[in-house]
Amino acid sequence: MKLYYDLHLHSCLSPCGSDDMTPADLAAMCALAGLDVVALTDHNTAGNCAAFCRAAQRNGLLALAGMELCTREEIHMICLFPTVQAAEGFSRQVARRLPPLKNRPELFGHQYYMDEWDLVLGEERAMLLAAADIGVGEAGALAARFGGVAYPAHIDRASFSLLSVLGLWEPSLGFSLAEVSPRCSPEFRQRSDLTGVRLITSSDAHSLDQVWTAEHAMDLPEATTHAVLEYLRGDLPF
Amino acid sequence: MTVQTLKEMLSLTEFHLAEPEREVSGGYAGDLLSWVMGRAEAGSAWLTIMSNQNVAAVALMADAACVVLTEGVQPDPDLLRRAREKGVNLLGTALPTYAAACALGRSLGL
Repeated sequence: MKLYYDLHLHSCLSPCGSDDMTPADLAAMCALAGLDVVALTDHNTAGNCAAFCRAAQRNGLLALAGMELCTREEIHMICLFPTVQAAEGFSRQVARRLPPLKNRPELFGHQYYMDEWDLVLGEERAMLLAAADIGVGEAGALAARFGGVAYPAHIDRASFSLLSVLGLWEPSLGFSLAEVSPRCSPEFRQRSDLTGVRLITSSDAHSLDQVWTAEHAMDLPEATTHAVLEYLRGDLPF
Repeated sequence: MTVQTLKEMLSLTEFHLAEPEREVSGGYAGDLLSWVMGRAEAGSAWLTIMSNQNVAAVALMADAACVVLTEGVQPDPDLLRRAREKGVNLLGTALPTYAAACALGRSLGL
């Protein structure tokens, strides 16, 4: 079955995410956009995943719990997990490896925890827009320990991307999948060093208006988290 | 030395000068924003090639005296907007980062 996806979405827990990106409103917006499979990927935290996944299920969506990890090298990685509990376990590992910096909401924005009905539960004080002391080469194995997958985010972008930081695609890192942004050029997709790398497109929406109309689809045997992760790992036809 | 004086001594390009009389007490060179956030000392002239909008927030968080975009890097429109909104001194130079750091050090009498 053909399922429209967006696997890179931020909520109001990301400091740079709009305060309007509440779990329930974001889930409703995804449903309106015609998406079938969605994932919440806040910066260095899975703290709003439980709320978002419940809200998304209420809207008839298949939702994955995830995170946009910022590695030591400041490379952003999308990490997705089979369950909310697994994502939260991974999130606790990441939290221990973040620097002891406090967020300054007036500069970076608020970091709100919410429930599935958009009730504010609290605010994260630690600075989430920081780099975890986890190398790009370690991220995949760490995510796998929690049953998850990790792949480089928006590799076509000029900041916080594997190509902008490392300067070239490094096959020895073992990534067979990468994300590109919706504005990625056809020429970029044809780069010779990306031959054999499967590219998926997600919005990286930080505000409700950036949740794009369903455009990119994956073909899965069933609409389950397990099937999505298998697809991302390359165990299903791309 | 003030930011204004530094600008004149190094012939820096002015992208936005919110506080020309801010005192420059040192320097920091680095492009990994999270690294800069935790390490640059207050009053530093921060030399970087990064030009995305987070640079303005990091400069404020680190209490940098000014940001100097090196290597001829131009600020992204979002960075320029944030610098204006938040009152960040944003300058530029065609010099490579190392040469700019040497020139800054000489200006500070180091």
